[in-house]
Amino acid sequence: MTPLDWLTQLLEMLAALAAAPLFVGWINQCRAWLQNRSAPSILQPYRAIRKLFYKDAVLATHASSFFRVAPYVVFGAMVGAAAVIPSVSTRLPFSNAADAIALVGLFATARVFISLAAMDVGTAFGSLGARREMLVGFLAEPALLMVIFVASLISASTALPAISEGLATRTLALYPSLAFTGVAFVLVLLAENARIPVDNPATHLELTMIHEAMLLEYSARHLALMEWAAALKLFNYACIGFALFLPWGLATGDSPNPGTLLASIPVLAGKLAIAGAALAVIETVSAKLRVFRAPEFLATAFLLAVLGLLVHLLLGA
Amino acid sequence: MSNSSIDLQLLNAFASLLLLLSFAMLSQRRIVTMVKLLAMQGMLLGLATLLLAVRTGQNHLYISAALTLSLKALFMPWVLHRLIKRLGVYWDSEPLLNITVTMLAGLLIVIFSFGLAQPIAEFANTATRSAIGIAVAVVLLAFLTMITRGKAMSQVVGFLSMENGLFFGAMSASYGMPMIIELGVALDVLVAMLVLGVFFFQIREQFDSLDLHHLEKLREEK
Repeated sequence: MTPLDWLTQLLEMLAALAAAPLFVGWINQCRAWLQNRSAPSILQPYRAIRKLFYKDAVLATHASSFFRVAPYVVFGAMVGAAAVIPSVSTRLPFSNAADAIALVGLFATARVFISLAAMDVGTAFGSLGARREMLVGFLAEPALLMVIFVASLISASTALPAISEGLATRTLALYPSLAFTGVAFVLVLLAENARIPVDNPATHLELTMIHEAMLLEYSARHLALMEWAAALKLFNYACIGFALFLPWGLATGDSPNPGTLLASIPVLAGKLAIAGAALAVIETVSAKLRVFRAPEFLATAFLLAVLGLLVHLLLGA
Repeated sequence: MSNSSIDLQLLNAFASLLLLLSFAMLSQRRIVTMVKLLAMQGMLLGLATLLLAVRTGQNHLYISAALTLSLKALFMPWVLHRLIKRLGVYWDSEPLLNITVTMLAGLLIVIFSFGLAQPIAEFANTATRSAIGIAVAVVLLAFLTMITRGKAMSQVVGFLSMENGLFFGAMSASYGMPMIIELGVALDVLVAMLVLGVFFFQIREQFDSLDLHHLEKLREEK
């Protein structure tokens, strides 16, 4: 591993940290345009995070130290995940430490901590949100794993950089299995990031909340970290999607080259812009499902992913 | 696989889409959407046949592609839509099992039929032999669709989808059946369709519903 690789690694993590709120801001802006509202500034998430960092934290009387530690753990898990996902380059020193399965484990760690913290204070809404989160999570996780397995089978590796390198350099062919898993991945992304068919990120009605209900007791820097972590999670999922289904434009190959690295940054920005707009369209045209329909939604994702796997095994495509 | 020709890749893609449509039918609550899905399945089947005809240059495949497109993609869905309108049964909800369980059962069926088709595919010498498993899966999924529905209308849709699966199986195993058999089957299905259409009205007249559970009682009650 050369110094340039470590520099790439650092650059990638910083890019994820900096770009995640921007990505959320972009999605919110697109959504506002599509819904004929005047759009908030694209920088709005940064302002919200900055404002929250300046405030004094208020803790519930019954909050244990777990409640205070959770935001840092969740944030750390998301930064760790960003470190192993190839968003600009496939030469990442950290990616030797965790393959795609460990990555799913990192997301699960964050989920467990955020849910336990929500239950820690003992309010009704917190527990409600935590339970729903676990319901969504335990159904989304196998679907995500199946999606990753299909890509791993095609490229014969479970490490994300190796997968996207393998997929980017293969000859172009129709892969029905990848198409199926691509749809499954979008469904999982929507469910895991509290987007509209499953949860509404902008809701103010506690009874329909999943993600927001878990954050109700948080304030100031803790809330800022949680919000930032949520933005990072969405960014990470988008980058996993690019790594699996749109791996072109990444800096690949064995010889490190600052030129390709620099060229891959605008490509990533373009992909993010398109993905954000597409996400906004999906969220605008679909209605929120009843909570008890969410298992059906995720069962569809699982089904599509498994079908992709089976079709790949049968047809080799 | 990546070095195989584009038309074979397209055929494989069509095969996987057929499978996907079968699942969509299995999980569908509305009869109108089911008929639309059936029409799409017929369309895909016709396109796949056409592609295979271009690929192999066999003339009888062109005829069966034309038959499939006209009968299965246009005529039968049209008849079904008319029936739905005349009977006024737009909703055919309540599959007997819940959707998630049905879909998981469907997955097991797919695994079973892929295993079942493995030895058959080894004996076939067509380029499309790997799709035989998908054809078997489509047939069995259509069975499952018929089993999990109580109403006559969706059972007929399942029946027609099963015929699609059989047709696709014959196509991928041996580039289609002999013309005479193909015509015979197409005619049979058409007649069955028309007879069932008449039958629907009879059932509804007798029981005021299209629920086939009423047919399970055979006692004369006066």
